[in-house]
Amino acid sequence: MKRTATVLAAVLLAAAGCSNSGGSSGGGSSADTPGVTDSEIVVGTHMPLTGPAAAGYSKIAPATKAYFDYVNANGGVHGRKITYKIMDDGYNPANTQQVVRQLVLQDKVFAILNGLGTPTHSGVLDFLKTNRVPDLFVASGSRSWNQPDKYPGTFGFNPDYTVEGKILATHVKTEHAGKKVCFLGQDDDFGRDSLAGIEKVLGPVAAKQSYVTSNPNVGPQMGALKAAGCQVVMLATVPGFTALSIGTGAKIGFKPQFVVSNVGSDPATLAKTLGAAAPLLEGVVAANYLPLVNDTANPWIQLYSKVNKEYNAGAEMDNNTVYGMSVAYLFVQALQSAGKDLTRDGIIEAVKKGGFTGPGLVPVRYSASDHSGYAGEQLTTIEGGKAKYLGKPFRTDDADGAVEVYEQAAVAPPANGIPAA
Amino acid sequence: MDRFLFLTFDGLSRGAVYAAFALALVLIWRATRIVNFAQGAMAVATAYVAYSVADATGSYWLGFIVALLAGLLLGAGVERVVMRFVDHSSPLNGVVVALGLVLIIQGVLGMIYGNEFRPATAPFSRDAFEIGGVALLSRYDLFVFAAVGAVVVLLTLLFTRTPTGLRMRAAAFAPDVSRLLGVPVGGMLTLGWALAAAVGSLAGMLVLPTELGLNPTAMDIVFISAFTAAVVGGLDSPIGSVLGGLIVGLLLSYISGYLGATVAPMAVLALLVVVLLSRPDGLFSRSSKARTA
Amino acid sequence: MTVVRDRVTTRLAVPTMRKQSPLIILVLGAIAVVALTYTLPPFRTYQLATVGAYLCVTAGLTVLTGLNGQLSLGHGALMATGAYTLALWQNKFNLLVVGIIVAILVTTAVGAVIGLAAARLRGPYLAGLTLAVAVVVPSITSTFDGTFNSDQGLSVVLNPPPESMTVEQWQAWVCWGGALLTVFTLALLTRGRFGRDMRAVRDDETAARLAGISVARTQVTAFVVSAACAGLAGALFAVIAQSVSPGAFPLTLSLFLLMAIVIGGLGRLTGALIGALLLVALPAVAHEIGEAAGSQRLEGNLALTFFGVVLVVVMLAAPGGLASLRIPLKKKGQR
Repeated sequence: MKRTATVLAAVLLAAAGCSNSGGSSGGGSSADTPGVTDSEIVVGTHMPLTGPAAAGYSKIAPATKAYFDYVNANGGVHGRKITYKIMDDGYNPANTQQVVRQLVLQDKVFAILNGLGTPTHSGVLDFLKTNRVPDLFVASGSRSWNQPDKYPGTFGFNPDYTVEGKILATHVKTEHAGKKVCFLGQDDDFGRDSLAGIEKVLGPVAAKQSYVTSNPNVGPQMGALKAAGCQVVMLATVPGFTALSIGTGAKIGFKPQFVVSNVGSDPATLAKTLGAAAPLLEGVVAANYLPLVNDTANPWIQLYSKVNKEYNAGAEMDNNTVYGMSVAYLFVQALQSAGKDLTRDGIIEAVKKGGFTGPGLVPVRYSASDHSGYAGEQLTTIEGGKAKYLGKPFRTDDADGAVEVYEQAAVAPPANGIPAA
Repeated sequence: MDRFLFLTFDGLSRGAVYAAFALALVLIWRATRIVNFAQGAMAVATAYVAYSVADATGSYWLGFIVALLAGLLLGAGVERVVMRFVDHSSPLNGVVVALGLVLIIQGVLGMIYGNEFRPATAPFSRDAFEIGGVALLSRYDLFVFAAVGAVVVLLTLLFTRTPTGLRMRAAAFAPDVSRLLGVPVGGMLTLGWALAAAVGSLAGMLVLPTELGLNPTAMDIVFISAFTAAVVGGLDSPIGSVLGGLIVGLLLSYISGYLGATVAPMAVLALLVVVLLSRPDGLFSRSSKARTA
Repeated sequence: MTVVRDRVTTRLAVPTMRKQSPLIILVLGAIAVVALTYTLPPFRTYQLATVGAYLCVTAGLTVLTGLNGQLSLGHGALMATGAYTLALWQNKFNLLVVGIIVAILVTTAVGAVIGLAAARLRGPYLAGLTLAVAVVVPSITSTFDGTFNSDQGLSVVLNPPPESMTVEQWQAWVCWGGALLTVFTLALLTRGRFGRDMRAVRDDETAARLAGISVARTQVTAFVVSAACAGLAGALFAVIAQSVSPGAFPLTLSLFLLMAIVIGGLGRLTGALIGALLLVALPAVAHEIGEAAGSQRLEGNLALTFFGVVLVVVMLAAPGGLASLRIPLKKKGQR
């Protein structure tokens, strides 16, 4: 009794000790915008830095941060330096809830940038909307990000998985006509959206299997696909599970043509995970929409290599590094476009206005009615351990629109590597 | 039929590992009436050591031997420093302390090595030989069978043919009488823990290459399967634990193969419930009396 | 709380301890929480709400383990049961209070099933069985992904809180309402006949049986009561997070709960409060340290290691560990 009262009193005191004034959110001028001062913009993200889904992805946020540091060293954006707070959620939706609250309520970030993962980020959409936090360039191709009426502050980055599924399936339809096509996907919106796109083009697949990231054993699934006599297996998998599926398949003597979603296809990550079995990757087909890391002649890759060397401690570069820096580039473009008087509503308006051109092979779609990211992809294949592009980029929509070639050439980066206002 | 054969061999191969792991649990249970809930974490810790050594020297086998030695040391250390001081008046105490060890080991491993999955390489090819068009066994599976078989034979010899083994059994079954007869009971307990932990390390080294990779929590699920195997076989019976391991391995393989991988943990739980409630002393025991510890 | 005071004084204090009313604590607690929600910044208020939700489950668990001697590693799974029940209910009917009650009822039913099996098992067998229960959650959510949506989980439909308060204040009120009611109910229960029966069963089953106590019934009842608390906690967590997913209820959660009740002294409701506080505070502190040291690796692992050390040290240093709380057993030793 007395003890309880004492403890309660202690709690009260301790808690009162850490109280400080809460901040306001929403519109107004940049003076009372959370996370924005005259000299700094604080943004946060949630990423899997640990756990079975971290393979490859853990390199994205440091690359983004490196590009911001490069911009900061060159004077920042409208005189403000960008501080990037990276939180590890281990690809666990429950952790995402926790860390995003910490970013928004405690660290008072201006925006959440490039939060990674379909299952993880889905869970914080409502929270971010309630707190009117801009939710920019989500690192996933779920169609959930493109709901301007329901979530006016949320924008995607990746081509959506249905678009990707349609493009990959079109390749399968022409190059592997008449073969038995099967599907293995993550048991969430990622897998489902992807399959929806594939089946729009190919009709029902011969066999479909799913996995969950919490159970790192795909033996039974690969066994079932082998038993079904699949000749082409389309994977909607994160990198760890792409490697696992290909490796497990080989173990049971099952080596079909693999066609992999962009998010699970970085050759460097896959090779590292597969170890000695890396040669299995030869001929794997995937897709991308950003310059490939081994294309050293590309001006974007040259820029990124320079930034990586100077601000990312020369970390080994792969396509995740390219991805992370491209996100940062787009965010700086949005900040420039939002102008000096930075507010949360201001940056959302700026993104909606769209018109950004950057490293992508296809344009981003942002408009008042469309919050999805890149409009399409170009196919790649792995040769000699490196990805290379095939043919031309394609674009399409997530409905029944045709898959068409996108002819316009990519733009070159500005001379100083920083987008102008 | 092909699929059935494949699943059978796959199940036996996994079952052999569960058997080794269950054997480690049984060794400690017989000696101290403690189920070592930290067995999985301890095995992971030695595996990390092994892969560090293998990375540094380039020799898998050196790492493998270091893992077994580290297992011996860790087992002896855990007994000497922690378990010896546990009050055994309540069976809960040993369990709680072991669970504390799990948290410590996982936390420390995470701090040293990070929580990402590291590739755990296998010393032999995991590509299966095809017999009549059916992929049955890989070289690695054969290695697993040979290693587990060797452990079973060696332990049997130790306990039935050597004076040390006899003393260990005596110390476990009648500590007071043994002490009077001059058996160093404390030393025998330490030896028992050391041996058990080494067997656990072996099981860990065998199972890790078949999983996603090395990670501080990599053995959590394996532990539960092995615990089930030990219970199925009767916690007191080494032979039972081997059979239990094979049964659990086969069950999991068939269930995963025919019903889906996600059903497997439910099957383990169901098996555990059925055995605990109907044959608490294991499927192979003649009596079915005490289920209390 | 009075019922679970110092082990040495328990027997002597029995006559006096019924005089103090848990009602006072209920009122004091409510005042403290309301005061806190108006002084704390939003994130602290959110953490306060989390402490309340944890307190529900630790209070129930400490009664089960400390007073009745049953160890459960499956309470994380029971929390998941409550959380998913609430999520499914809310997404269909959106009636929060009824939903929480339904969540408690469903979890109680599940707890009764596990409790029936548990009452026949002891020590490591019980621990092993409940451990298997703890890891079955993701398996169920992925197998029946049509209902539970696999690893992604479900979002929880909630009406916005009343205009006059922030989301975090509302969350803290809801959680602490549940927590205080739980503690109040448990205090009443354990100081009555049921509490005596539980202790008797824990200390000496044979003696309890001879005294006319139904051992099995007492054990099952204790399990069911603690399951109901876990169900409430799970439902509250679903409310706070506005979502449920299997990742929120991992095996480590069950181990953390065990740590939480051991550190504060098994069987004490005050201990449950301290434990609940630590469950929220320590990971936060570890995060700060990790950030300050610039090491991502320290973050989660520091708290993990600390919890482990606490478990081991408390069990070894508190003379006789759990058993030192068992007064009659000691007496038996002295005979």
